[in-house]
Amino acid sequence: MCYDVAVIGAGVTGAFAARELSRYNLKVALIEKCNDLAMGTSKANSAIVHSGFDAVPGTLKAILNVKGTAMMPETCKELNVPFKPIGSLLLAFSDEEMKTVKELYDRGVTNGVHGLEIIDSAKLHEMEPNVNPDAVGALWAPTAGIVCPYELTIAAAENAVVNGAEFMRNFAVSKIDYDGSVFTVSDGNREIKAKYIVNAAGVYCDEIAALIGDNSLHTIARKGEYMLCDKTVGNLVSHVLFQCPTIMGKGTLVTPTVDGNLLLGPTAIDIEGKEDVDTNADTLALILEKAQKSVPCVTTREVITSFAGLRAHLECDDFIIGKSGKNDKFINAAGIESPGLSSAPAVGIMIAEIIAEDAGAEKRADFNPVREAPVRFRHMTNEERKAIIAKNPAYGRIVCRCETITEGEIIDAIKAPAGARDVDGVKRRTRAGMGRCQGGFCGSKVVELLAEELGVEINEITKCGGNSKILYERTK
Amino acid sequence: MLNYDIVVIGGGPAGMAAALKARECGIESILILERAETLGGILEQCIHTGFGLQYFGEELSGPEYADRFIKQVNEQKIEYKTDTMALEITGDNKVYAVNKTDGLLEIQAKAIILAMGCRERPRGALNIPGTRGSGVMSAGTAQKYVNIDGYMPGKKVVILGSGDIGLIMARRMTLEGAKVECVCELMPYSSGLTRNIVQCLDDFGIPLYLSCTVIDIHGKDRVTGVTIANVDENRKPIPGTERFIECDTLLLSVGLIPENELTRAVGIDLDRVTSGAVVDEYRETNHKGVFACGNVLHVHDLVDFVTYESQTAGEGAAMYVLGKKTDSDQVTTKGVGAVRYIVPQKINLNNEGDVKLYFRVGNTFKNATVKVKYNGEEIISRKRPRLAPGEMENVVITNKMLQTFSKDGVIEISVEV
Repeated sequence: MCYDVAVIGAGVTGAFAARELSRYNLKVALIEKCNDLAMGTSKANSAIVHSGFDAVPGTLKAILNVKGTAMMPETCKELNVPFKPIGSLLLAFSDEEMKTVKELYDRGVTNGVHGLEIIDSAKLHEMEPNVNPDAVGALWAPTAGIVCPYELTIAAAENAVVNGAEFMRNFAVSKIDYDGSVFTVSDGNREIKAKYIVNAAGVYCDEIAALIGDNSLHTIARKGEYMLCDKTVGNLVSHVLFQCPTIMGKGTLVTPTVDGNLLLGPTAIDIEGKEDVDTNADTLALILEKAQKSVPCVTTREVITSFAGLRAHLECDDFIIGKSGKNDKFINAAGIESPGLSSAPAVGIMIAEIIAEDAGAEKRADFNPVREAPVRFRHMTNEERKAIIAKNPAYGRIVCRCETITEGEIIDAIKAPAGARDVDGVKRRTRAGMGRCQGGFCGSKVVELLAEELGVEINEITKCGGNSKILYERTK
Repeated sequence: MLNYDIVVIGGGPAGMAAALKARECGIESILILERAETLGGILEQCIHTGFGLQYFGEELSGPEYADRFIKQVNEQKIEYKTDTMALEITGDNKVYAVNKTDGLLEIQAKAIILAMGCRERPRGALNIPGTRGSGVMSAGTAQKYVNIDGYMPGKKVVILGSGDIGLIMARRMTLEGAKVECVCELMPYSSGLTRNIVQCLDDFGIPLYLSCTVIDIHGKDRVTGVTIANVDENRKPIPGTERFIECDTLLLSVGLIPENELTRAVGIDLDRVTSGAVVDEYRETNHKGVFACGNVLHVHDLVDFVTYESQTAGEGAAMYVLGKKTDSDQVTTKGVGAVRYIVPQKINLNNEGDVKLYFRVGNTFKNATVKVKYNGEEIISRKRPRLAPGEMENVVITNKMLQTFSKDGVIEISVEV
């Protein structure tokens, strides 16, 4: 069997590419080296939908950011992913920084961002009472918002699968051959054939492109570390708070997350290699210091976890999306760093259109853009709860008490299209283990449910695929 | 809607003792809600001995201790629902709970006894940097895997924190064939019971490093080692003392947190030190008819004390239901200096008996004097050969003393060397 398109990399870019390609009469394979979707940059980033005032006018980053952000409310509605258009404030702490605010305002207007406004200190502190009194003004961008990046990725991939795409996990592409009409993509054990390839491999884009002799890309992994705080402080701020950008990125932000936690970060350090997602003590201390510049009352007392992600940075500082110079059936989607999440819906369309046009593919009449809403017991009224437990008693057993997640929701996450296969996968789909006890109580129950649903022994279950088994052999 | 005189949330040692005492005091209509599949709470996975020395005068395992209460609950025909999670308490003492067979339950109670216990502090709360593969878990989670599920979570183990569960697991993992490299304790003293340090570490030659912590976790998919370092008096790592220890598992025993989500949501006042409710001598909170006892109120080191405390709460709840617990003027208690907290925080002046005050110190002392003062005047002075953070202390305020107190007076406990 030969696929029309093999999308390499199941992050937010690959997932949206697969979803948009599945609108056409094209057979799509979504290939991922890890055990789950959204395992790279898409699971560890700022979770911000940017309004689009940062990028240099005319760049793909600028164009696709504004387009993607405009699509986000409707896309999230179709995919049943919570999106909160809370708006962003870029804080200025000096007259010098107010000049930057003005420049970014002008740049935003050029980029086509709607609703931008420069506000003074009084208005700022009225909007955000906990902001540092030293802030002298801000750039208000009402179209910005927050979304859960892995939830968006998972939803887009599920929707692609429901529309006929196939998800293949633990498939680390190590070889690509081309016979003039068909690619053979292999991980050393398995191989699949496809007429087109989409290279959405994130920080590994350069290595995947090199497999067909395209050595034009060089990605630099730029690490960002974050701290996540408990929901008890999720309402300290009500908008995304940026500081003035630097050459390395958008600076330290303080923002509520769509689930009601408070997120601090990121840092920006270019690293050797592409796997280092360690957090380190000095950096975490620095994040706190910088976050306190925006919101002085933030402390580490409420921190429930810290994490790090890698940005796929290219020297040209823009996305590269299009046919490879080496092979016009090989489509690169490279350098997708911030605002990659905001741009994802538009990036997906751009990739799908390039391939559909080249292949002469038609749109299908039976494409279903809607991803069914998962059951969210915690958001239900008591009447809704009664009804759903009557239908399926598994919704009557709470497994994760911090987040009020039921057994039924966990089983759904495992059975979903491209469903969870490990503990972290369940966590990302349901929030079980994401609360203040971080899985201390529900972790072992999730392991049991995974083993039961997947039909394996509990010591086969991993935290996040690979060698991350949780249990060894039986006790004596 | 169901109606009960007393709803007990939690069927561990606290909930069972409270329910049994309430029954003894004449309350017929009692319902215990338990989220696990059986009564007994965390004791079910504590298969080591050391329980019951105070209460029963004999040494029992956790399940044995629990079983004595489960038997009584059954004999007394006290109703309970297992596999049932309480979701919410309302201002008018209604409890919403959920399970697979009844669906959503709406229960009107006259009195509620909170006995939800506590949970372990996770890695995230410590903000330990490093990687996030498998092999890092709380000691209690490991205890469940080993003792209930029968699987080993690791072979080469470092334990951070010398709380009792960590110490117990050091021995347990060793007995199951794992190599426990060391136990690291951030503080200059252990927060565990002395007997556990002797029986679980010393007897097995497991080193305990005081003023030492884990500063980095290595390994991508699975832990391959940790870096530990000594800390100074401000608990900051001392440069140059870092060393790598190869291991596949890091167990955390770094403190317990009372599980007060339901308590907080209904607006009950919490004590910042205990993270439990502020209560009077019958363990009634500031929310009328809601009582709290056991580890949800403050973390105990011995289950025997949980039992005693819960009996007090059960008696109080019964009195409340029977209309015998009337409003009264109160005095407050206050820990001074090394005395971190006192439970109860308030005493009703119409109490007709003696009142025991439980307290915990924040440092180790030898040959110290515990002083109790009422409005600045010393009323008790007692020599103690040894005081430690891991061991809860108590003093008794006799009813005779209580009768000399007046409204808004303050009882202070301090330690003098």
